[in-house]
Amino acid sequence: MEKFHIADIPKTDRITHLVDNLYAKMPVIESARAKLITESYKATEDEPIITRRAKAFAHILHNIPIIIRDEELIVGSSTLAPRGCQTFPEYSFQWLEDELDTVATRTADPFYIAEETKAELREVHKYWKGKTTSELATSYMAPEAILAIDHNIFTPGNYFYNGVGHVTVKYEEVLAIGYEGIIAKAQKELDECNVGDGDYAKKSRFLEAVIMSCQAVIDYAHRYAELAEQMAYQCQDPTRKQELLQIASNCSRVPAKGARNFYEACQSFWFVQQLIQMESSGHSISPGRFDQYMYPYYKSDMEAGNLTREFAQELMDCIWVKLNDLNKCRDAASAEGFAGYSLFQNLIAGGQNKEGEDVTNDLSFMCIQASMHVHLPAPSLSVRVWNGSPHEFLIKAAELTRTGIGLPAYYNDEVIIPALQNRGLSLADAREYNIIGCVEPQKAGKTEGWHDAAFFNMCRPLEMVFSNGMDKGVQISVQTGDVTEMKTFDEFYDAYKKQMEYFISLLVNADNAIDVAHAERCPLPFLSCMVDDCLKRGKSVQEGGAVYNFTGPQGFGIANMADSLYAIRKLVYEEKKMTMEELKEALAWNYGKGIDAQSAADITTVVMKKLQENGISVNEQTATAVMTAALGTEPSPEKKARFEEIHKMIEEVPKFGNDIPDVDYFARDVAYTYTKPLQKYMNPRGGHYQAGLYPVSANVPLGEQTGATPDGRYAHTPVADGVSPSAGKDVKGPTAAATSVSRLDHFIVSNGTLFNQKFHPSALAGREGLEKFVALIRGYFDQKGMHMQFNVVDRETLLDAQKHPEKYKHLVVRVAGYSALFTTLSRSLQDDIIRRTEQGF
Amino acid sequence: MDYLDTKGRIFDIQKYSVHDGPGIRTIVFLKGCVLRCRWCCNPESQEYRIQNMKVLGEDKVIGRDVTVREMIEEVEKDRAYYYRSGGGITLSGGECMCQADFSRDLLRAAKERGINTAVESMACAPWEKIEQVLPYLDVYLMDIKHMNQEKHKEFTGRANGLMLENARKVALYGKTKLVIRVPVIPTFNDSVEEIQAIARFADSLPGVNKIHLLPYHRLGQDKYEGLGRPYLMEGILPPTAEHMQMLKGAVHAVCGLDCQIGG
Repeated sequence: MEKFHIADIPKTDRITHLVDNLYAKMPVIESARAKLITESYKATEDEPIITRRAKAFAHILHNIPIIIRDEELIVGSSTLAPRGCQTFPEYSFQWLEDELDTVATRTADPFYIAEETKAELREVHKYWKGKTTSELATSYMAPEAILAIDHNIFTPGNYFYNGVGHVTVKYEEVLAIGYEGIIAKAQKELDECNVGDGDYAKKSRFLEAVIMSCQAVIDYAHRYAELAEQMAYQCQDPTRKQELLQIASNCSRVPAKGARNFYEACQSFWFVQQLIQMESSGHSISPGRFDQYMYPYYKSDMEAGNLTREFAQELMDCIWVKLNDLNKCRDAASAEGFAGYSLFQNLIAGGQNKEGEDVTNDLSFMCIQASMHVHLPAPSLSVRVWNGSPHEFLIKAAELTRTGIGLPAYYNDEVIIPALQNRGLSLADAREYNIIGCVEPQKAGKTEGWHDAAFFNMCRPLEMVFSNGMDKGVQISVQTGDVTEMKTFDEFYDAYKKQMEYFISLLVNADNAIDVAHAERCPLPFLSCMVDDCLKRGKSVQEGGAVYNFTGPQGFGIANMADSLYAIRKLVYEEKKMTMEELKEALAWNYGKGIDAQSAADITTVVMKKLQENGISVNEQTATAVMTAALGTEPSPEKKARFEEIHKMIEEVPKFGNDIPDVDYFARDVAYTYTKPLQKYMNPRGGHYQAGLYPVSANVPLGEQTGATPDGRYAHTPVADGVSPSAGKDVKGPTAAATSVSRLDHFIVSNGTLFNQKFHPSALAGREGLEKFVALIRGYFDQKGMHMQFNVVDRETLLDAQKHPEKYKHLVVRVAGYSALFTTLSRSLQDDIIRRTEQGF
Repeated sequence: MDYLDTKGRIFDIQKYSVHDGPGIRTIVFLKGCVLRCRWCCNPESQEYRIQNMKVLGEDKVIGRDVTVREMIEEVEKDRAYYYRSGGGITLSGGECMCQADFSRDLLRAAKERGINTAVESMACAPWEKIEQVLPYLDVYLMDIKHMNQEKHKEFTGRANGLMLENARKVALYGKTKLVIRVPVIPTFNDSVEEIQAIARFADSLPGVNKIHLLPYHRLGQDKYEGLGRPYLMEGILPPTAEHMQMLKGAVHAVCGLDCQIGG
């Protein structure tokens, strides 16, 4: 068989219908899972937590309603309604309780919810008070850490409210031996346990929980086999009848046993993918190297003449559609940060095997083709690029980029492999990496990476340097001295580093508290049975069962901080064009723009607090009076003019993103203020912390909580996206921006960096355009950049989409690390996308 | 004087240019031109003197004097991308042959560093000027706008004799790849006959095997206002994609040149 084919494969009508049906209605919240888990928990209160988790999982899978949608070839749906979601009260419920009446009308990711469902959830929630992971996590956190979270220095909200997810399991093992095989492995471990062993109690219960969970999954598939058979019996259409009988046959075989052909492998894959997301609400359950573990089944079927490329493609397209059938409802604030209903199911094609040979194959090309066919946000498609990648593969990937779907993201093996080795992975494991969620590399089936552990806003510690650790009238941080007294830039920079280090220690405290809470309240036996070395160690991944353990919180605002500190060094300390006092005042007055509503509210909080401290009684009228007085307050005309002059001087200082080595290497150093202190910390699972530099889309909502910064950024506007230059500040074109970004030390950022570029489609016109586009990626990667992704749309298209969202229901835009439907994003995020520099041509 | 200290006057540098020569290119736009083409999309390039132009309501100084050394440092920066794409430097304008010494020395600096070189020019300069640039030039993207003397003069301010003669000489020089580019301008040269006449001429040049048809665009219109000049092409629409395809067919009908739409 040839290594790969490059010819296009046509899309079938079935795929068009499946996509249309999926998007016909607004997604719905269903209550079945919440009711079932609550029933089960009530019945198992005196049992070990791992047993309770397994029993609850089994109870859900035995009873949750199931459905086979029209024309489906791959079955397994978590909700009756397309793109619906279940809820997970064991992690948190209060936000949902509070938002039940607004979740259908909010701007970011709305969900329809029936009155009956609301009533059912309210009833269920009564049980969970005091029993969730988030409540336990809070009780483990240091008060300083809670204070820092309340003051928006960082947010560990993702795992605080939800399951952890962020994992790729051993799909290949389920495909090969089925859950019966895994049960046999667990049973063998159990048989070897000695009742006198010190770890017998926990280990035996864990292994029993694994067996129970795997059996539940087999039973669930058998329910589908029965349903398909019933439907076939009633079906009048002979073609569909045959399809349903085939589905019945598949589901009675897999995932209980090993797959015998490509179709069974596809169905088996899907049950794994779907049911991990039934056990826990953790997102970023990433299929990983689909083109590798599916290939043996494809190859043997093709060689035996049992499969056509066309049918294999249709099955893959069906899986691509199914990935969009899963959904998750987040709290309103997180929905803004993760906008676009995304589950970040990252699937990667191409790259090397553990011996370092390129293993791009037919399926790698068909993965790209599937994304062209379905044109939907999931999976988050990634491609691995290295010096030995086939050129035609990258051209095919560039063709997908050109469609404007915001996929694929490109990853550089030449940086990621050594970066992972530096974190203790073997060379063989590092070579087999895939991407989790947005941009985070891991070795599948061996890692509990906690990759998306928190958003850390690097701008806020700088504000603390200016306020000497005060925020809204409260001392929330260490005192680094009066900023106007700092005599040298080094003194100032040291103060920033101290503020950073203090908050990083609190971030670690918060993450570790949450980590412990998950181990105690939500260990996951089903997930754990597919991650090494949980069975041997007799522990869930939450308790440290994985071979590699990390915690990866991500910093953002790197471009803002690099530009800010550079401007301060130059204008205040070197050229002395302004004093620190003037700059401090200019920032407080938002460069003369006056006090906006957000600042007025902050001022009001402080004033009210002071009044109360001084024993003066205050009420709502006082607050309104203070607010009115503060709002719109303007500095004197002379001051205002000076503030504007300061802003202008700052604007003229060179900025990160324009291929100016002096600025870029300074930015590299500023990035170290986050990445280096972090890596000395350990998590409760015995693993290290490793930094990421990417914001998903949190740079917009978290920017709203950040005052004016010394890079000229006005208060409460978005901060820079990932490692990309600040929006509009990179004026020298895409090559200059890429070279600047490559000057950051990507090797140390082993939890991933994110570099976005936006292109007008004209840049990718014709074969020539694709060739040059691929050369751009190659050039960036030669200079040791780690990741790159692209938006290919024109500004007019986006503006029109804002005005007429109904015309652009399928318009996909890449928002930091994933693709989303543009029309489902909040208005401010849409604006941010439009504002990003359009690289000129 | 060291050739790296040679001075020139430029008004812009554009990176990741993908339509002006092979691979990813950095274009250096030189100031000053001998022609005054009515459709010119860079009217700020025409005069040699440094001048003011309003851009989005604000004054912008157009033109600055630079040395070859400064320029080659800037051009060097994108080496990683040239290496992967076979790209390099392209001189544009204005008419870069108006500053032939600077062009020669800048291209020499590029060649000595192993960077591919191209110019975008209409060869409207004395042959001695062009001749001294050629040893350092890999690709000559030469504009030929019209075969008719009078019409050429009417729309660009000059007759075309010198340019056509230079085109032949560049072709005969043999070591620089010559590509003919035709701006397709409605009301000026967008008929089948006019385009075919240019194609026949291009085909007659030894070694020439490529012709680019560049459709007129209006992206320069705001600049005329910014310079306080009238836009003489007001109301003229860019040629349609169908018309461009038809012209491409017409080129293929009369010669064996490889014809592409766009650069």
